[in-house]
Amino acid sequence: MKISYNWLKEYIDLDIPADELAEKIERSSVEVDSVIKPSDGLKKIVVGKIVEMENHPDSDHLHICQVDVGEDEPVQIVCGAPNAQVGKNVITALSGARVADNMKIKKSKMRGIQSNGMLCALDEIGYPKDVVPKEWADGIYFLPEDATLGDDVYKYLGMDDALIDLDVTPNRGDMLSIYGTVHDLAAIYNKPAKFDLDKVSETSDKLTSDQIQSDVNDEIAWTYLNRVVNDVEVKPSPLWMQVRLWNAGIKPVNNIVDITNYSMLKFGQPMHAYDLDKLSGKVSVRYANDGEKITTLDENEVELDSNDLVVADDNGPIAMAGVIGGMDSSITADTKNVLFECAIFDPIKVRKMARKHVIHTEASQRFERGVDPMAVEDVLSSASEMAREIANGSVTNDVLVGSKYEAKKAVIEISVARINHVLGMELSAQEVIDIFERLGFEVKATGDDLVVTIPTRRGDIHIQADLIEEVARIYGYDNLPSTLPTTTMTTGGLNEEQQLIRDSRHILEGLGLTHAISYALTTEEKAKMFMMGESAQTDLSYPMSSDHTTLRMNLVSGLLDDIAYNKARKVDNVALYEQGRVFHKDNEDVVKPDEIEHLAGAMTGSLVDNSWNQPAKNVDFFQIKGIVNEYLETIGLNGEISYVSNASYPEMHPGRTADIFVHGHYVGFVGQVHPKIAKQFKINETYVFDLNLQTIIDLPKKEQSYELVSKYPSIKRDIAMLIDKNIENDSIVKVIEKRGGAYLVDVKLFDLYEGEHVPEDKKSLAYSLTFQNKHDTLVDDDVNNVMDKVQRNLEKEFNVEIR
Amino acid sequence: MSLKDDLTKLRDDGIAQINQATDVNEITKEIKVNLLGKKGPITQALRGIKDLPVEKRPEVGSYANEIRDEIQNALDAKLKELEDKALEEQLVAEKIDVTLPSTPVAKGHPHVIQSIIDEICDMFMGMGYEVKSGPEVEEDKYNFEMMNLPKDHPARDMQDTFYITKEILMRTQTSPMQARTLEKHDFSKGPLKMISPGVVYRRDTDDPTHSHQFHQVEGIVIDKNITMGDLKGTLEYLLHQLFGNKYDIRLRPSYFPFTEPSVEADVTCFKCDGKGCDVCKHSGWIEVLGAGMVHPNVLKMAGVDADVYGGFAFGLGPDRFAMLKYGVEDIRDFYLNDVRFLSQFN
Ligand SMILES: [Zn+2]
Repeated sequence: MKISYNWLKEYIDLDIPADELAEKIERSSVEVDSVIKPSDGLKKIVVGKIVEMENHPDSDHLHICQVDVGEDEPVQIVCGAPNAQVGKNVITALSGARVADNMKIKKSKMRGIQSNGMLCALDEIGYPKDVVPKEWADGIYFLPEDATLGDDVYKYLGMDDALIDLDVTPNRGDMLSIYGTVHDLAAIYNKPAKFDLDKVSETSDKLTSDQIQSDVNDEIAWTYLNRVVNDVEVKPSPLWMQVRLWNAGIKPVNNIVDITNYSMLKFGQPMHAYDLDKLSGKVSVRYANDGEKITTLDENEVELDSNDLVVADDNGPIAMAGVIGGMDSSITADTKNVLFECAIFDPIKVRKMARKHVIHTEASQRFERGVDPMAVEDVLSSASEMAREIANGSVTNDVLVGSKYEAKKAVIEISVARINHVLGMELSAQEVIDIFERLGFEVKATGDDLVVTIPTRRGDIHIQADLIEEVARIYGYDNLPSTLPTTTMTTGGLNEEQQLIRDSRHILEGLGLTHAISYALTTEEKAKMFMMGESAQTDLSYPMSSDHTTLRMNLVSGLLDDIAYNKARKVDNVALYEQGRVFHKDNEDVVKPDEIEHLAGAMTGSLVDNSWNQPAKNVDFFQIKGIVNEYLETIGLNGEISYVSNASYPEMHPGRTADIFVHGHYVGFVGQVHPKIAKQFKINETYVFDLNLQTIIDLPKKEQSYELVSKYPSIKRDIAMLIDKNIENDSIVKVIEKRGGAYLVDVKLFDLYEGEHVPEDKKSLAYSLTFQNKHDTLVDDDVNNVMDKVQRNLEKEFNVEIR
Repeated sequence: MSLKDDLTKLRDDGIAQINQATDVNEITKEIKVNLLGKKGPITQALRGIKDLPVEKRPEVGSYANEIRDEIQNALDAKLKELEDKALEEQLVAEKIDVTLPSTPVAKGHPHVIQSIIDEICDMFMGMGYEVKSGPEVEEDKYNFEMMNLPKDHPARDMQDTFYITKEILMRTQTSPMQARTLEKHDFSKGPLKMISPGVVYRRDTDDPTHSHQFHQVEGIVIDKNITMGDLKGTLEYLLHQLFGNKYDIRLRPSYFPFTEPSVEADVTCFKCDGKGCDVCKHSGWIEVLGAGMVHPNVLKMAGVDADVYGGFAFGLGPDRFAMLKYGVEDIRDFYLNDVRFLSQFN
């Protein structure tokens, strides 16, 4: 709510700059979004009087006006406003003026005629179009007749006021009014709030109940009161009232409607006014019937259902209760008799209705937060009195009571010790009592024990903690001590699983991969790719966008999205990893998926850029395999790591993908993304891996150990062979290891050749075998025997030709 | 000429020849072989000793050995001189332009949000907090109800939620970890000091300041004598560590259903040092986190005696921290993973 500083000052003595006040409000009550002085940025905009006017010779709508701005000579201004009129005081932007949007006004010629300024409409000096009264929407604005010519216009239009825009939290509905704000400031500054209520003069000799009857469901309207004002003159409200409305962002409509809005701003109590003569039968407050319709004040037709709340007459709804009034019963220029409504509607029901129909109004936001139940009748009477004064109406006798609940003031017992215990302070009982009394709370003290009675305007205070907050904020958080918790010793730290996850990230970063964080919500199609096992999918019931409908069941597709994003920006070398959760369910009936930690990587282009001394090398299967392997080795899994070709992942290259096993446990896969999938993602050749990190976490780890480096020399022997193309390295190595005897310590492939001089179905492989006896010097004969055995077995098993 | 004179001449000529040599090969392959080889004059001379009278043999023999050593020394000295010279030439020839670019090395980078989370966790672990992570797919019960947000609570409107079913949702905050840990904690074994980082989700349209996925770090301390002053001190410590000691911190009242009193903490705007600018909406302050004293309802619902135990909780957004700290203008940059963006952080 935009609070007018000038308005506040009517009820409390404040003599500090608006910025300072805003800072204080922010530190003590609610957030302040902005402090604005509407005249800021405007310059040389003065009161002028059109003293002469003639038509422009070359235009059918421009006028040449002579405008008296209090100088010796009038200023000539060409003006196109249809309502320009001799004798009116108008907003005159002189040459050199600054108007809205920082526009500068200069002397110029308009169709050949000299124009030395501009006559302005309200929106041209900065008022948003939606607060400009309808009668001024299409023309220049007329200032009061007694305005002094040549004066700045700001004070006449309330533009010299400071407007403090409060961002009110859901608990502080009281701050959505001048009344509540004044009371809070009174407590903060320890000054009295001078707030008097108007007493109503029931000038009519009629009884309210003779003119209207009501039938109220008090489940909907806890309090529902009406008054009638007869014989009103509907016209624009006085300028001072219009100023207060438009400075608060509310468009002035007519005096009756303006009174309801003015009352709402002043007291925080929403009101509504109906044209009594347009109602038939009695007024009822009830649930809507399914399919019932209402055309609201903003000319929208709304279809209602039985959860909606309406005020109705015998013909149907005349308002969506607590949210917005209906068009048909609204106040018009012809209205003679007014029915004012002042009520408390159920906050939750109002909130649901406003939310469902997406109609959030000044009224609904106040009802949702709660209004002061004890002020309802006073506000109704005050508004009726205003209608008597500014619309010349006569107020009928008595308030028509449809429902009324007697609000109970909250009574809270609390000790000063408790307050000090929670805040970590040493306030005296008197200091605490002072704060409560400044807030308008009644306190009965028995030594340290206080019984505090809360006024109904502070409906947010129910429990001790609420009172403690009041003490803290009024005493000031700046004055709170700064300490650290003193408890018995706790150790803290990461557990093994958290440490492993952190280590995993560091290892992959060390190997050249950059940490990516992608979206866990993706499309159904991408969620289901690169699956490492069967799983049902988990969908959002109301997704926000078609790109994010389903929880991912793999990390790879998100990384491919990242690579695509990079490629679209001409970045072709990408090496990313991601650590995060995938969401798996055994079947459709499970509602809450298992969240499994995964670790995945994706690489395309080259890991290291091309440079003057080293050409770039594009990533291939063996490079990413090397990275995965190094990761698995470094993380210290206990057991052999093996890779088994798997052609069955639909999204992976069938000939270039391997499952990864650690000690026989499947932990993930590594390989090239299927070219069709790469094309679909619009990316280049890409290699990926995805590991079930939970499995890795659960697998046993090696104890860190070391073996003495042998002082005896080792012997190296090479063996080269011609072998069928389809026989895998792993099976050859297995035979070598099996037959290599106790002293074989290493088998290393050092050459692979296919092509010229090798038959088409064959390949040439060469291995280097290292033998070592840790306790003695090996002799050639030992090694020769073993090499013979290896050779014989290779020949037997694979029909190799040793070369 | 006596054999001795021959030897003397041999030495003088040999040393002269050595001194003139300019090449290592010349010395090792020619001069050395010529002078000291098996067929060389010294060897010959030594063989000639047997023809001398017996009494002369020792003198001449030792003279010959002396001369052989002299020649050998001259050879060694010359050889060393030539080798030194050759090395010097080699070093000169090997000079490189050390300003040429280095050979590129593969290097990965941590994600900036992860770095901030790690930094926060490390800080709190040092103060004895344990780290816990909770489910991203959460029950309405923990995400809202046990956080004092019953079904019709207006504050639910502040957090648009992705529901999976009526009761299952993507967590909108890390706060449910307060309820989950409170429910399990055995206070007879000591206080609860916990920090919980993680991913959260909101039903928002992605734009420069909103992301449907972002991160939070939740913290909670519950014991018998935890005060709001402790909260203030803890937040000041955290924020000074993260943003630097020169910045002021202010607490101001706010509202969260799960804390009472509730506060928000602001830090002096780093862009304008508090003078007011576009970043801080001309207030000089930047909001960085929400906190408060845990609401007694939250304690009670988790089965904790709110008359005996109490404490504080806070929640902060690493995404926002990263945006503020590094001036990142679009939150989506954290999740689109342009490597040119990611690799700026170490
Ligand atoms: Zn700033």
